[in-house]
Amino acid sequence: MKCRELAEFLNDYVSGELPAESRAHFEFHLSKCKNCHAYLVQYEVTIKAGKIACDEMSDEMGPMPDELVKAVLAARLKT
Amino acid sequence: MASATPVDDEATLVAQLKAGDEAAFEQVVRAYGGRLLAVARRIVGTEEDARDVVQDAFLNAFRSLDRFEGNAKLSTWLHRIVVNAALMKLRTRKRKPEQSIETLLPAFLDDGHHEERFKSWDEPVDKMMERAENREIVRKQIDNLPESYRTVLVLRDIEGLDTEETANVLGLSVNATKIRLHRARQALRTLLAPHFRSAVS
Repeated sequence: MKCRELAEFLNDYVSGELPAESRAHFEFHLSKCKNCHAYLVQYEVTIKAGKIACDEMSDEMGPMPDELVKAVLAARLKT
Repeated sequence: MASATPVDDEATLVAQLKAGDEAAFEQVVRAYGGRLLAVARRIVGTEEDARDVVQDAFLNAFRSLDRFEGNAKLSTWLHRIVVNAALMKLRTRKRKPEQSIETLLPAFLDDGHHEERFKSWDEPVDKMMERAENREIVRKQIDNLPESYRTVLVLRDIEGLDTEETANVLGLSVNATKIRLHRARQALRTLLAPHFRSAVS
């Protein structure tokens, strides 16, 4: 397995969908190739970082614009 | 623009909402609106659509208050309603042609090796994401992804939809959805790398 193929299968690898045989090739390559290992780690960090960064933290997400608050409240009274 | 007042007693607030207390409605919209708007914006991509989504979601939530169960968290319940409203918006939207993402994907030499030597990111992700500036960088780079990729990444990796649901909402095949998610993650990695690679290598 080449680095190029490993990169193609990363998705299936991290979701545990890679068939056993390919998985063995994948892991063998990883054990030999520091660069692919670094890439895999960063791929996984990217997934987790996105999740953490977008977790609900109201203070970081900016306020609700005043005009939208008013629009929502006015629409509620109309319905 | 008033800042969001934190809600410290959800049960009381919910009781007030169910009783039709006007001030309670305003408190909910102010307290949760900002983050819900951010959720909607990430999924639908435009400010105008995000505002529509949030307004629809609040109205829908207020109409279904009697179905809100006391043991659920109000924020979680509202979040789900906003995501559903945003998905509805996506479903009705005309498909845009897929944008190019090639320049953000890894490049390979003829012999199949990566062109780039990846410098390690030396901090563990949890530690890295404890800092507000890093969370901000990640959110900004997600926004910088080409839209058709950002949407898949947000639905799968952030909102936790499964591949089938995501494919369904976006009118894509399961396989195309998987490929798009993989490319979106690779592109986001590329966008994050200059910020997160260690200074000493």
